[in-house]
Amino acid sequence: MTMKLSLGPVLYYWSREKLLEFYAEAATWPVDIVYLGETVCSRRHTFRTGDWLDTAKMLAQSGKEVVLSTQALIESESDLKTLRRLAGNGLFRIEANDMAAVRLAAGMPFVAGPHINIYNRHTLAVLMQAGAMRWVMPVEMSRQMLEELLQPDLPEIETEVFAYGRLPLAFSARCFTARHHNLPKDNCQFLCMDAPYGLPLKTREGEDFLALNGTQTQSARVYNLLAETGNLSGLADVLRISPQPENTGTVARIFHARLNGNSDSDEALAEIRPLLPEAPCDGYWHGRAGIEYSAGSIK
Amino acid sequence: MSLELICPAGNLPALKTAIDHGADAVYMGFRDNTNARAFPGLNFDPAATLEGVRYAHARQRKVLLALNTYPQTATWGRWQQAVDQAAEAGIDAVILADPGLMRYACTTYPNMRLHLSVQGSATNYEAINYYHEHFGIQRAVLPRVLSLAQVEQVVKNTPVEIELFGFGGLCVMVEGRCVLSSYATGESPNTAGVCSPAKAVKWTQTAQGLESRLNNILLDRYAADEKAGYPTLCKGRFEVNDETYYALEEPTSLNTLELLPEMLDMGIAAVKIEGRQRSPAYVAQVTKVWRAAIDSAKRKGRDFAVQPQWTAQLDGVAEGQQHTLGAYHRPWK
Repeated sequence: MTMKLSLGPVLYYWSREKLLEFYAEAATWPVDIVYLGETVCSRRHTFRTGDWLDTAKMLAQSGKEVVLSTQALIESESDLKTLRRLAGNGLFRIEANDMAAVRLAAGMPFVAGPHINIYNRHTLAVLMQAGAMRWVMPVEMSRQMLEELLQPDLPEIETEVFAYGRLPLAFSARCFTARHHNLPKDNCQFLCMDAPYGLPLKTREGEDFLALNGTQTQSARVYNLLAETGNLSGLADVLRISPQPENTGTVARIFHARLNGNSDSDEALAEIRPLLPEAPCDGYWHGRAGIEYSAGSIK
Repeated sequence: MSLELICPAGNLPALKTAIDHGADAVYMGFRDNTNARAFPGLNFDPAATLEGVRYAHARQRKVLLALNTYPQTATWGRWQQAVDQAAEAGIDAVILADPGLMRYACTTYPNMRLHLSVQGSATNYEAINYYHEHFGIQRAVLPRVLSLAQVEQVVKNTPVEIELFGFGGLCVMVEGRCVLSSYATGESPNTAGVCSPAKAVKWTQTAQGLESRLNNILLDRYAADEKAGYPTLCKGRFEVNDETYYALEEPTSLNTLELLPEMLDMGIAAVKIEGRQRSPAYVAQVTKVWRAAIDSAKRKGRDFAVQPQWTAQLDGVAEGQQHTLGAYHRPWK
């Protein structure tokens, strides 16, 4: 069976117009699954829960499997209220990114998202018992750790691997974008909208290191497992592409062509390289520091 | 209502020091990566564990075991064995983060008291109640990201006891949901029990100043008159839009002494002191001050006032020699 492609949730704060345009286009991209929703900050509001549900219906009509992603850091009663509304929507599965969502999914099938810490077979079994029908491997896990987890027999659950995009590395209660602008979080003026791909953070010698995305810290480098697509069978059922402001559809097409054997690895890598807004990395997959890059011939 | 003082024990001398200076309980780890302070030379072998438990129990105090990293499939056996060892050693409670391990512990040892580690990332009562319903978790340690009002909301909606960090190194990220360290070095608290591991640290004196590097990534550069601290990744100085500053967090310590009356009012079960990697001298100083402060807050209620000498003594041992209320105080965010 061919691996499926998914479009992860938009991790940034984009304008309403940009989100509407992005998802209208996404309906035509060769992705099987679309994850929708705000996973980072509850203050962001260009799309409200109702807008996400409308978009979900539109994408479902275009033949996509739609999953509603939930926030990773749930702090307040109002965060819980949003979560309850998503969990009880009655139409679409949710992606649980916190154990609160697992509890509220209440036995309905759900996706255990990348922010649920599943590092071993026993914990995967706990989540399966709670109703998980798919799990997204934590980004810092290596191929070897995944292989070991899936042996000796494949568990009865789909495995999804984050395969492309800036890596979500950390969450905080503090908003680093507001901090950069010397504003308190409660009066952030939504300046993260000016950084549709995050604010680049460099070391004092100018090396690109991280990206500040509100309360989330990401890698500056773009995780890219395109070179690995040829030897993922039996490991991943779904590969996730994380949205970037430009060229996400082209990235999806390149992955799709490669998965279907319509391009070879070198061609695909050469084609995707100019679309990466930053240098690639794949260290995590190879059991090394995440920032490192070893795959392919292109540095 | 009691508010327990939980103190760090990186080794047997620290454990005894904490108990002698008034800790109600200490928390410790085994000498491997089953806990989030897997540093060389730190932690307890089986003999020291037994001696620590004996010492504490003889004085009616408790010993908690941090078993709070995430086992991988290949290494699962070691974590499972650590739960067994805790049961045999008479540990009073095991502090866990991994749900698979919780299930093992609660089915194998139904009487074992389980605490949810801060590494379990539970910041709301729905998550905490999940762990309570499924694994019988009796206490949860909250990540250092909630405001005091948010903490109160948690306390009101769960039967699980709540433990808060009161003093020590300040994690600016949600514990258990930060892999910055493995992005830079390959090792994170979740998988390896270390953050910004010492073996990846390199100090170099250069023409521009003293440089600290983590796996060769420049974390900071210090002028001659600046004090250099341990190069924890999130406490370095970086450039954002051509401005160089502590982009994530200053090298500062959490100190919540002044919040004690509110913690007592809202029914917080325990306050935790960070620092298993610190010396017995640190443990003695911090334990002594917090014991005095908690006793004073219990006597005086809302008339409680932080004594200036307490703050001075704590600042003397704090990271970066400055302190903050962190997320408990909303403007910090």
